[in-house]
Amino acid sequence: MAHLSIIKRNIKLGVKNLLLHKLRSMLTMLGLVFGVGSVIAMLAIGEGASEEALSQIRKLGSRNIIISSQKPAEENSLANNNVRMSVYGLLYDDYRRISETIPTILKTVPVKSMQKPCRYGKRHMDLRIVGTTEKWFDLVQRNVIAGRIISRKDVDEMASVAVLTDHGARKLLAAQNVVGSTIRLGGNAYEVIGIVQTESESAGTMQMPDTDVDVYVPISTTRLHYGDIFSQRKQGSDIREQVELHRIIVEVDNERNVKRTAAAIDRSLSISHKKQDYYMDVPLALLRQARATKRTFSIVLGTIAGISLLVGGIGIMNIMLATVTERTREIGIRRAIGAKRRHIVFQFLIETLVLSIIGGVTGIGMGLFIPWVVTLTTGMPTIVTAYSLILSLGISVSVGIIFGIYPAMRASELDPIIALRHE
Amino acid sequence: MSGGRNCEHAVEVKDLRKTYIVGDQQVNALDGVSAQIRKGEFWAIMGASGSGKSTMLNILGCLDRPTSGSYFLDGRDVSKMDDANLSDIRLKYLGFIFQSFNLIPQLTVAENIALPLYYQGVDEDESIVRAKELASMVGLSMRLDHKPTQLSGGQQQRVAIARALSNDPVLILADEPTGNLDSATSIEIMSLLSEMNKRGKTIVMVTHEPDIAEYAAHRLVMKDGRVDRIS
Ligand SMILES: Nc1ncnc2c1ncn2[C@@H]1O[C@H](COP(=O)(O)OP(=O)(O)O)[C@@H](O)[C@H]1O
Ligand SMILES: [Mg+2]
Repeated sequence: MAHLSIIKRNIKLGVKNLLLHKLRSMLTMLGLVFGVGSVIAMLAIGEGASEEALSQIRKLGSRNIIISSQKPAEENSLANNNVRMSVYGLLYDDYRRISETIPTILKTVPVKSMQKPCRYGKRHMDLRIVGTTEKWFDLVQRNVIAGRIISRKDVDEMASVAVLTDHGARKLLAAQNVVGSTIRLGGNAYEVIGIVQTESESAGTMQMPDTDVDVYVPISTTRLHYGDIFSQRKQGSDIREQVELHRIIVEVDNERNVKRTAAAIDRSLSISHKKQDYYMDVPLALLRQARATKRTFSIVLGTIAGISLLVGGIGIMNIMLATVTERTREIGIRRAIGAKRRHIVFQFLIETLVLSIIGGVTGIGMGLFIPWVVTLTTGMPTIVTAYSLILSLGISVSVGIIFGIYPAMRASELDPIIALRHE
Repeated sequence: MSGGRNCEHAVEVKDLRKTYIVGDQQVNALDGVSAQIRKGEFWAIMGASGSGKSTMLNILGCLDRPTSGSYFLDGRDVSKMDDANLSDIRLKYLGFIFQSFNLIPQLTVAENIALPLYYQGVDEDESIVRAKELASMVGLSMRLDHKPTQLSGGQQQRVAIARALSNDPVLILADEPTGNLDSATSIEIMSLLSEMNKRGKTIVMVTHEPDIAEYAAHRLVMKDGRVDRIS
């Protein structure tokens, strides 16, 4: 038997019958259209969100641990009592101990940062001095736009050299001969040796280690020029603080060791730090958080999709049952002429499949359109994956088969004599 | 398989019985019917309402099975076949003409005529050629692309006749073929059937109108599920 031509003709017949009741067919498909559309749209939004989280984690460094100094809570309240100086935070000794005693750590970067006014000719702006070593640029990998970054030699020689960000360079130096210019940070002159790009955004609750108003200087130079004591005028009184290091960034040899290493660092620090004057950020934890969020999202999505597809499927079944009743006589005629039961099953199943595939394809259209609008209006990234399209089409076909089989069986089991008598 | 085109009888039924149980009542719709119909004959089955004509025609048309008795169609014993085999028999050896035409409204005249060919798996081009031939045979070659609802009753019945002929059946079964037609159209349709009979088609027709039965050479009158008389 020419099966292909029978399939072709049944599809033609199915389309013809559906076109006979355009409005009804459209309403029947609606459930499936919305079901499939929402599955694709939500998967696209979820995919976009998790891809964004992943790229932020990549920028933070998935093997990095960032330890930051913080003023302990009790010091803050004492500050009101005109305490002369509060001493807190990470120490040079901490840096040395961490880098020397924890074997899973590949690199350790000390950071000393402070706000200073910066001048170049008549232009000036407030910058954040980041005193660090050459290893900073290994852990916080950013594009070098011009010149070079800080070298080991600069650190050893306490060179007065500075690396600006693209933002800082634009504002301060405009388009003038950038590298080689001399800028003043506070009271000291520095030669600009290079310009790097920055990521000033935040990833979840975590701030990127760099900002676009950074200026990178050898840590030895920073210490030489500005010392460890900072004065600030706040609410009329002088606040003096002594902080040796504002940050320590470490790179762990392997993602699997990140959690263990963080614990080891915490243990090591807690020996010398009686007060909680530091905190730790682990970008990898963000990754876990992103994965957990995605999982939750998938469950919610799956439930919604399941319900809407069930509703869509029941709608289709309902209409097909009505169609079978309506066309009882046609079924009787076909059977009298010699159609076998399976021919009738096939005919109605194909019709349901045509309905559900058209519904599914329309739903795919909707599922492509919604994320596009979302991205256009909110700027939220969305990614429509091929997998979600294939999944949706697969679901549509399955819905067609599952909910089409019962009406089709009902049609085929009609007694031809009774069916022929049907008005 | 015995039988085939060289078999003398199109239909041989022996002691056919069909019993319906309604509640605790037993209704013998057919109560021992025996008959033989030779190829090329034109028969009319007559009888009062409830005498068993439709039951007889349904069994002859392989739409129903007898409770007991035997039925040889063109030499084949079809009385114990299952649904799928009976479908095959209807597809290959039988043609139906109904009182209410029973064309499929979504299909065109050509598609209706070619429907049995479609289920036989005849390819589309060949089906179209056959449908055209048959349509011109019944005088409807200008109406191939019309829908049944665009045709008069007489024209619809002509389409039905063309459809019944499309598989070149051993036996054509007609159930009150003129029941829904006016007398002038009835004559046209009966002339067409007679012509088909003259060309060699075996026809069994149920009717209660004596003047329609006149077109058939043989009459079988039923009464209470039995053969009352044959003429
Ligand atoms: N499906 C059925 N169930 C029960 N009784 C039936 C059924 N079909 C026919 N009969 C009975 O069988 C008898 C013959 O019916 P039928 O063959 O339709 O007669 P006719 O066509 O000559 O009017 C009637 O008494 C009828 O009531
Ligand atoms: Mg009857």
